[in-house]
Order: sequence, then structure tokens, then C-alpha cells
Amino acid sequence: MAEMTKRDVGQFLARQGILVAFVIFIIGFTLANQRFLAVDNVLGVIRSSAILGVMALGVTFVVISGNLDLSVGSMMSFSTIVVLDLHDKIGPSLAIPAMFAMTMCLGALIGFLVGYLKLNSLIVTLGMLSAIHGLTLTYSGGKNMDIADKEGTWFSLFGQGSALGIPVPILMFALLAALLSLLLAKTAFGRKVYAVGGNGVAATFSGIRRARVVFLTYVISSFCVACAGLLQASRSMGSQNTVGQGLELEVLAAVILGGASLLGGSGTVFKTVIGVLILGFIQNGLLLVGLEFYVQYVVTWVIIILAVWLDIAANRGRLWSPIA
Amino acid sequence: MTSFTPALRLQDIVKTFPGVRALDGVSLTVLPGEVHALMGENGAGKSTLMRVLGGVLQPNSGRILIGEEPTIMASPLDAKSKGVVFIHQELSLAEELSVAENVYLGELPRKSFGRVDWDRLHEKTAAILDKLKVGFTPQTRVGDLSLANQQMVEIARALTVDAKAVIFDEPTASLTDAEKVVLFDVIADLKARGVGVIYISHRMEEIFHMTDRISILRDGQYRGTLHTAETSEEELTQLMIGRKLDLSRKINHAEVGAVALEVRGLSCGRLYSDVSFEVRRGEVLGFYGLVGAGRTEVAETLFGLRDPDAGQILLDGEEVRIGSPVEAIARGISLVPEDRKGQGLVLGMNCRDNMTLPQVDDLKAGPFVAEGAEIAIFDQYRDKLDIRTPGWRQKVGNLSGGNQQKIVIAKWLSMHPNVLIVDEPTRGIDVGSKSEIHNLIRDLAANGFAVIVISSEMPEVLHVSDRIVAMHHGKVIRTFTSEEVTEESLVQAISGIVAETAA
Amino acid sequence: MNTLNTNDLLKQGAIWGFIVLELVFFTVAGKYLSLSQNAFMDLDNMLLLFKQSAPIGIIALGMTVIMINGNIDLSVGAIFALCAVVLLDSMSWPFLTGLGDWVIPVSWGLALLTGVVLGAINGLIVWKTGVDAFIVTLGAMLGYRGLVFMFNGEQPTSHLNWTLVDFAEAQFLGLHTATWFLLGVAVALWLLMTRTVHGRNAYAIGDNREAAVNAGIRVGPHMMINFMIIGFLAGLSAVVFYSESGSVNPNDGSLYELWAITAVVLGGTKLTGGSGSIISTLGGVLAIQLLRKGLGHIGADTETVNLVIGSILIAVLFLDRQLNRKAKGELRT
Repeated sequence: MAEMTKRDVGQFLARQGILVAFVIFIIGFTLANQRFLAVDNVLGVIRSSAILGVMALGVTFVVISGNLDLSVGSMMSFSTIVVLDLHDKIGPSLAIPAMFAMTMCLGALIGFLVGYLKLNSLIVTLGMLSAIHGLTLTYSGGKNMDIADKEGTWFSLFGQGSALGIPVPILMFALLAALLSLLLAKTAFGRKVYAVGGNGVAATFSGIRRARVVFLTYVISSFCVACAGLLQASRSMGSQNTVGQGLELEVLAAVILGGASLLGGSGTVFKTVIGVLILGFIQNGLLLVGLEFYVQYVVTWVIIILAVWLDIAANRGRLWSPIA
Repeated sequence: MTSFTPALRLQDIVKTFPGVRALDGVSLTVLPGEVHALMGENGAGKSTLMRVLGGVLQPNSGRILIGEEPTIMASPLDAKSKGVVFIHQELSLAEELSVAENVYLGELPRKSFGRVDWDRLHEKTAAILDKLKVGFTPQTRVGDLSLANQQMVEIARALTVDAKAVIFDEPTASLTDAEKVVLFDVIADLKARGVGVIYISHRMEEIFHMTDRISILRDGQYRGTLHTAETSEEELTQLMIGRKLDLSRKINHAEVGAVALEVRGLSCGRLYSDVSFEVRRGEVLGFYGLVGAGRTEVAETLFGLRDPDAGQILLDGEEVRIGSPVEAIARGISLVPEDRKGQGLVLGMNCRDNMTLPQVDDLKAGPFVAEGAEIAIFDQYRDKLDIRTPGWRQKVGNLSGGNQQKIVIAKWLSMHPNVLIVDEPTRGIDVGSKSEIHNLIRDLAANGFAVIVISSEMPEVLHVSDRIVAMHHGKVIRTFTSEEVTEESLVQAISGIVAETAA
Repeated sequence: MNTLNTNDLLKQGAIWGFIVLELVFFTVAGKYLSLSQNAFMDLDNMLLLFKQSAPIGIIALGMTVIMINGNIDLSVGAIFALCAVVLLDSMSWPFLTGLGDWVIPVSWGLALLTGVVLGAINGLIVWKTGVDAFIVTLGAMLGYRGLVFMFNGEQPTSHLNWTLVDFAEAQFLGLHTATWFLLGVAVALWLLMTRTVHGRNAYAIGDNREAAVNAGIRVGPHMMINFMIIGFLAGLSAVVFYSESGSVNPNDGSLYELWAITAVVLGGTKLTGGSGSIISTLGGVLAIQLLRKGLGHIGADTETVNLVIGSILIAVLFLDRQLNRKAKGELRT
């Protein structure tokens, strides 16, 4: 029996290891620097993670349904550039819905290609990464976008404002996380996302319209990207064409860190939020103890591999792979 | 039998998996130059035993002796080098590579600098293919071959080494009659050269035609070895299932109601053609035939998973077109699919969610899924079908095969279908659960469902069906009533022989 | 090696057909649209095209091996950058400066060794932990990039060595040094994948991993060797490129992995592994570079290149599926 409990402890550590690691990190950083858990520092971390986090929420749906989305980075650049450009042309109250519509059209296009045409999502979104980047450059003519009158607009509200003492990006991140968590965990649609990712054939045999579910996950993802673009544009009030470049893989890292399997069928919105916060707090903690920002890359690398490895090891019941 | 030194001996092999004693002290002796059949129901431990012998699994205890030398089979390659070759049931080929590369997979002949010696490879392969009298060359891409020819490539692998024992696991499953003859010649040739052949098959006629001795496994235990010439099918069956076969026919027909489903002249490409039948409420219609006869494909068409080329489907007398499973479900057709794990269940999901998956849209509490209603459905069918699980939160992947199958059946019963199609309802399920599921199917019909049962097991079809449709090569050969059917006539029908006395 | 059926021929020939199409299109369109007086099919222009294809091309060839093997490597861009930093930084290391121009082969060696070691780390993790290569190399993409920054922070690393520049800009038999490297790598990998036991086993592993394991092929070492090969090639690519330019930014090479994968997929390598050809990838690389140059030649904005390449990638995927579609009556799943 003692052996069994030891095994159970091992299983628990492996499954919840990411939470355990998170707590250890927080304790360690707090001991190293008192400021780490100060309210303003915590809010600062969440705020600076919000853009990545919002995108990760959407990608969580895509990953759970068994697909990938590598296009979110360049799609975010696109929505940022578009909303900044339209802001000066048609005003913020029209620019924002127009940007959402355009971004979600791109999401719908990807959803159509992956869901209805059943094309490989890795390659489709890789192609879209490139194509949307080209689209953005064509739209902007390769120039940076800036809002002309930075003082005379309420547009900065989303990125820079705050309500009840909490910055708006945090509120938006929290609100989206709550809504999407309900959608995924409590609705019929959410159930179908898990079924399609867990076993797409069985889902079809159960009368689930798989193509439609996959399509909708990409629409949700693009909606989140549009929100992230809005936050980004509003925070900086001006942008380069490449503002989102490389984010696609960081977003994916956060989702995987949260414990979603790339094979689909597992993961939750809450876990993704944890994954995002871990990335944010590590970055912040390392800076606070005086290390350069790039040290977090190395730390993230180690953590991602350890997290996934332990998860796999717990499932197969042995640490090392049986591959000869 | 040319020698008294056994080619191969297994002694008291024990193999356990977490929670299961898959092999419980099994012993087996194979003499040189004999064809030794290994029989047993699904799950009796045949595959596990062969995987131990082939070096894929390591036994917990027991010995393997080759020519009376104790050996340890560390890996499949190790086993092969010691002269034990395993011909897999599921093809284990790299389709993009050539025949020669597949035959010598893992041991390509080398020249200097790790280069492949193509000349020698092709020459050696050609010699083996010659022996097998196949119509393809060593350079052919395996993906371009028919299934039967791919099987031949598998067999060619066995001839690359000086084999002492060759294991054939259900080798004829995908072969045509002509190809079988070639295979039997190959086996006879191996036998003549003093190789011990282990032959695993469910097909009695092959066992009696081919083999010298028969060993039987049941529930992981060795049940004895018989000389083929001195035994009968009945004795074998009894040893395999541990009791006399319940060959009782379904005599008490329930009140048969109106025609629920009628199919007229349905055809689908090369899969099946001109299939017609009808099924009434309160009736079980059995579909019997060999694997690949087109039964599953007919079911999949009815469930909207395939587009038929021609023919009509009538539900309650009204012609319908079923374009997707969604439409099929809406019209009251349910399908318990053949491949439980691949098609029936999301293994990583819990029991309740699997069970309510097709109706999750309808169980609503406001914008959310009504979990209370879901649990009620789960509880109802857990009790009704006696599903043994610690609770609805249990992942389906952790249940036994029988309980998994009951979850799938419950999933479709809870939809209250007009027509329930059950494809291979007891494949890979233990004997106890089998009869439970059989009783369940008969009860369903008695309660007014129209039930279609597809099965490859004759006792099963005979046991549950009111009428039996026999299929062969995509065609309906004959439809029997349970009164007129005999085992002989059924076997003839599914072999494509139309009885002269056909009604 | 294998007898080709028409479908195979069609697939292997497709990329070359596409290149011919591009050449014809840009030559004809260039007559009407081009601002420059030069013809598109100018010899110098084509030689330049090869040279410019080299950095990503060399990596893409390595990616072909990895993908045939059934894996993927997202960390090549970071390996590329780290090798470049090692190359340029090592030239000013105090204990090496005394070597004069002999520092060049030493620095090259160090850069290539860096690539091999980084690849080996990826391979070892994939082998020993059983974590999917996608995740392992996704992590490494971040981690290795972090290492790049550790050398010089956000500052570029520069070291211009004129001997090196002369070598890099040299032309032998009309071809640039970089082109020779590209072609050399292509030939070497083609021989490796079609002629050697390692290459054939790599195909077998990507095609049917279980069968390969059952046949006693040691999957782990083969995968690790392939990761070392692509690490080496990322290093070689850095050597070829930075010998000439002499300055590396810490963000150089990002998205190279995606370009390389694009070229490989255009060349027809199967995503799931087991099938693909080095020569076709070379075609994919040239097709992309041709597109870049061609669009510039006919006066299209350089910005549209990304749009066109992305669209073509998806179109290729779609066509490939249409070509391979099974007969009517297939199971709708």
C-alpha cells in the first residue's frame, strides 16, 4: 500500500506539477524580493500579460479541438494596424467594430479551410501567418501607424484606463476568461469541442458537426485576437507592422504550459490562465531579482519541457521514454 | 513429425498487466515440421502469448526454450535472430518504401559507409518472392499493392531468416480464396523444411484443413492440446468457452409490428451493390458474412456516413435521403459502431458525457448543459444495463470492454431510436458480458425497437436474430428466417454458394 | 529506387512545373510591367537567386530530413542566430586572436559544433523523454534565443574579417560560394536519404513507427542523428551568411523555421513523415525565392510576397488533398 501512495503522490505531483512549480516560484521570488507580491507589482504583471493572455484564451479552444493556430501573431498585428488606421479615418466608435469584423473574417477563413475543407491546421495557419503579414504590409504600405491626435480621443481607455482601481486590460482579460471558461466548461458547444479533439471520428459518429465546431473555434480565436489587437493599439496608440510577430509560439507555449495536450481533448481556460500567469510572473520575478529579460526565455524552455514531460511520464507510469 | 526435440517450448509463462493476469502459467510445445493451431476466444491471451514469444513483451515469469536452449527474447529483432518470426495480423509495413526494403526492414544489407547494398537486397528479395509466386517485384512500392499482396510481403519477411518457428496471426483475414491457396502452400513448404508453425485463427475449416495439433487458451490459462485428427469442432468450442455452446435459436418471436426500415437496391461503389431488406418493429435482423462482405458499409450508409450510388431507403414507408449522422439521428436511426474505441467513445471523456453526447444540444438549462438531467440519464441506464463503474466521473478509457460497450449502447438507447443498428456488439468482450448484451438486444426488440445486428460470430447471429441476411462480396445472397436456417446453409451462403433450395 | 507511377511523377514534377510557370510568367509579365531594362531570365539574376536562396535553403534541406523522419524542428532560427553569434564573437576572443587568419576555420568549427550540440540536445530530449518534437523544439526556440541574447544583450554582434568576406563573395565556375554550399548540401543529403541505411531507416520510422520498432530499428538514435544534422546545417547556414555580412542582430533568424517548413511542404514532403524528397525541397526553396524576385521584377510591392507565398502554400495543400482523394463512397468522418 505504501508503494501505492508513493505512486499516487508522484501522479499528483506530475499532474498538478505546474501549480506546484508556480507556488514555489512565487514563494522563492517573494523571499528574494519583498516587492514581488506587492499589489501594484502583481497588477503590473497581469496587465502586461493581458495581451498574450487574451490570445491564449482563444487558442485554448483551437488546441482542445485538436488543431493549431500559428496565425494569431500576425493576425494581431493586422488588427492593431487596421484599428489604428481606421481610428483617424472614421473615428474610434466605428473603427473598433470594423476591425473586429475584418479580423473575424480572417478567423472564419481559417476555420473554413481547416474545418470544412479539412486541411492540416499547422500548414494552413502557417500559410495564413505569412499571408496575413503580407496583407498587413499591403494595407499599411509598410509604414508604421500612429494616431495623429493622441490626447483628443477616448481610444486610450482600453489599454491605459482603469476602473475601480484595476487597469482595463486586466478587467478585459478576466471578463473574457470568465465568459470563455463558462462557454467551454458548461455549454453544449464546449462539450463538443472536447469531443472533437478527444476523438473526432467518435464525435462524428455521435452526430456532432465536426466541421462547424472546428470552424467556430477559429472564429473564437480570431475574436480574442481582435481584443488583443485593441488592447495593443490602445496601449501604444501607434504600432509597427510586426508588433505581434513571434507571439504565436509564445501563446502556444502558455497554452501547453497550462496542460493542454497538442493531441486535443484536454485543457481548460483556467489552466491556460495559469500558464499565462506563470510566464508573466517568471519574467517579472527574474527582472526583480536583477536578471535580464532574456533569462526568462531559457527558464520558460526548461519549464515547458519539464511540464509536458512529467505529464507524459505520469500517464505512461515511467519517467523515461521506452523508445529504443 | 520428423524429430522429437521440440522446435520451441514455452514453460509456465505468466504475464500480468495492472489489474489483469493476462497469462497464467501457460505452456506450449511446438515440434519441428508441425502446424500448431492456437485457439481461444478474443481476450483469451493468444495475442499476449505471441507477443511474449515474439519479444514484444517480457513475461513476469516462465521460460522460453528454443531447441531446448533457454532463451530470453529481448526484442522482436532478437526473437527474429533466434529464429522466431511473427507475421502480424495488423500489417506492419512502411507503405512509402519498396517491397525489398520492407522485407529486410531493420536489417538492410550494407556496403561501406553505411550505404545500402541495393543489388544484394533486390537479389535476395527476388529469390524470396519467387518462392511465394507473387506477381510483383522487389522494387514495387508497398503502398501500391493490394491488401493481400501486402500480406504476402509480411510473409516474405518470415523467409529472410533460417526460421525455427513462424507465427501466423489470423493470416487469411484479408485474403481471397486463390490467395489463401498460395498461403497454404507456403505453410506446407515451411512445414516440409522442418519449421514449426504456430497458426492462430478463428476459422474452424482452416484449422481442420491445415493443422496437426491444436492448443487452447481460455482466460489466460492453458486448457490442453488436442490432435486435430482426433477431435471435433464441438470439443474445441467447449474447451474454448468452457461450457456447451448455447445454440438456442430465438424461438419466441415478439409481436412483430410495422416495417420500420426498408432498403431497396442500395449500392455503393465497389463496397456493396443491390442490397435490399426490411426490418420491422419488434424484430432483430441479423447480418452475417465474412469481414469485408459489405455489412458495416451498409450500416454506415444508413447512418449517413456514406453516399449510396443508387437505391432507396424508406423509413416508416417514406423515402428519405440521409446525408449525415445528424440527419440519421434526427430520423431516429442509431448506430453502435464496429470499432468501440475508435468510433464509439471519446476515451478521455467521462462516462456521463460520453453517454449524453448525441443529445447534449437538447439538454439545456438556460444557456448551459443541464447536468442534472445528464446525471439522471446516466443513472437510469447504468441501472438498466448494469454498467459497473465507480461513478459518472470515471473516464471511459478506464472501464472494461464490456462496460465500455454498454456505455455505447446506453448512449444510443437514451436517444429512443426507431431503428437501432448494432455492429459487432460483443467483439473483444468477455463471455459473461456477451450473454448480457445478447439478452439486452432481445429485450430491446421485445420492447418494440427495430434492431439490426451485424456480427461475424455465427452463434451470436443465430442466437439473437429473428431473420438473418447473409452477405458475400457486397451482395445479399439470401435471407433466412430463424426456423429455416441451418449452420450449413448459412456457411454456404456467406461463402457465395447459393443453395439450390433457396426459398 | 522505386518504380514511379504517374501519380508520383505528377507530385514530384509539380514543383518543377511550378518553377517553369513562374519563369514564363515573370519573363512575359516583366516585358510589360518591369521598370528595369534587364530581362528576368538574366544569367546574373539567376545566379544571384541561387545565392540568396542558400541561407534558408540549407536549413530547409535539413528540415526535409527531420520531417521525413516524422518530426519537426521549430528551433532552427534560434540555432542559426546562436551559431552566427558564436562565429562572429569567437573571432575576437583573446586566445584566438593570435591565430591571424587561422581564426577563420576555428570559428567556423566552433559555430558548426554549436549547431550540432544544440541539435543533439533537442534530439536527446525527444528521444529520452518521449515529448513530441513540436513541443521540445518550440521550447528550444525560446531557450536558444535566450542564449543568443546572453552574449551581447540587445546589441548586435559584429566582426568583419575581410579574408572571410572575400571568400564568401568569391565565385567559382560562375557560382557563388553560398550556392556551392547549397548544392553540396543538397547532394550530400540526397545521397544520405536515398543511398544509406540511416536514410532508409529514417523514411521507415516516419512512415510507420511501430513497424520500424518491431523490425528492431533503433528509433531514438536515428532521430537524434537527424536533429544533429539539422543543427549542423543551421550552423552551416549561419557560417555561409554571416561570413559575408559580418554582423548579427539577436533577433536574426526568427521565423526561419516557418520559411523552411513552407519550402519543404511546397516540395511535397508529407507532414506525417515517411515521404518526401530532398530534390523537391530544393525546388520549393527556389520557387519561393523566384517568387520574391519575380514579384519585385514586375514592380509588385515587396509586401505582397508574403501574401502570395502564404496563399500558394494553402493552395498546394488543397490541391494535394484533391489529388489524393479517395474514391466516391468514402466514409464521411
